[in-house]
Amino acid sequence: MSGSNRPMSPHLQVYRPQLTSVLSITHRATGVGLAMGTVFLVWWVMAAAAGPDYFAYVKNIMSSWVGLLILLGFSWAVFFHLCNGIRHLFWDAGYGFELETAYKSGWVTLVGSAALTAIAWAFGLSR
Amino acid sequence: MSENSMRTNLGRVRGLGSAKEGVHHWWMQRLTAIALVPLILWFVASLAGLAGAGHTETVEWLGSPLVAIAMILMVVATLYHAALGVQVVIEDYVHHEGLKFFWLIAVKFIFLIFGMAAVFSLLKLAL
Repeated sequence: MSGSNRPMSPHLQVYRPQLTSVLSITHRATGVGLAMGTVFLVWWVMAAAAGPDYFAYVKNIMSSWVGLLILLGFSWAVFFHLCNGIRHLFWDAGYGFELETAYKSGWVTLVGSAALTAIAWAFGLSR
Repeated sequence: MSENSMRTNLGRVRGLGSAKEGVHHWWMQRLTAIALVPLILWFVASLAGLAGAGHTETVEWLGSPLVAIAMILMVVATLYHAALGVQVVIEDYVHHEGLKFFWLIAVKFIFLIFGMAAVFSLLKLAL
């Protein structure tokens, strides 16, 4: 088969990263991360049901600086996946495919997820 | 539809395709996504409001009926959405048939167990 002149599908190693492709892979990466992170959600709820002693033990782990760092990462991943997910839902409905719009919504996703993360932590830390 | 198509009229009307499940996976991923937009915003805002809360305060919050109902909806939608998403990631990246089969089953089991554990804990706290 002489396929030498055919267009090739993009190989990640030689393909220049663009905002759209980077956000796409980040969406999947945050999705997998959050799926694994559900173990913390379940753990927290089970700890609450287990009683005061075990809850205090889990709370100590989660409010250590490593725990807070992980929670910071999760909160950003949640907001990113949420913002970019809404972007995907608009695409599913048939809107926002123009190159300019796709880039604009991409930047809104990036800035929006950072802003929402900052607001959530400012609110939480002020408590 | 071309006249040369090998598909039967019944097959076309059913619209289930060769995988025999049509757009069910795709549609459930979107339904759970739409449900999760308000649920996750509510949950993250509530978590920020609960920052540093001890067992008594947390259990009191989780124990109120409206919170319990919203929490169960959030947890179930999240785990369902995660199971559907991780399934696609496995189908895309795990090429060894046996391993793929193993992980597809394992992921379904893991998220089902997570869901049972979380819902049981939430009901225990609320009832």
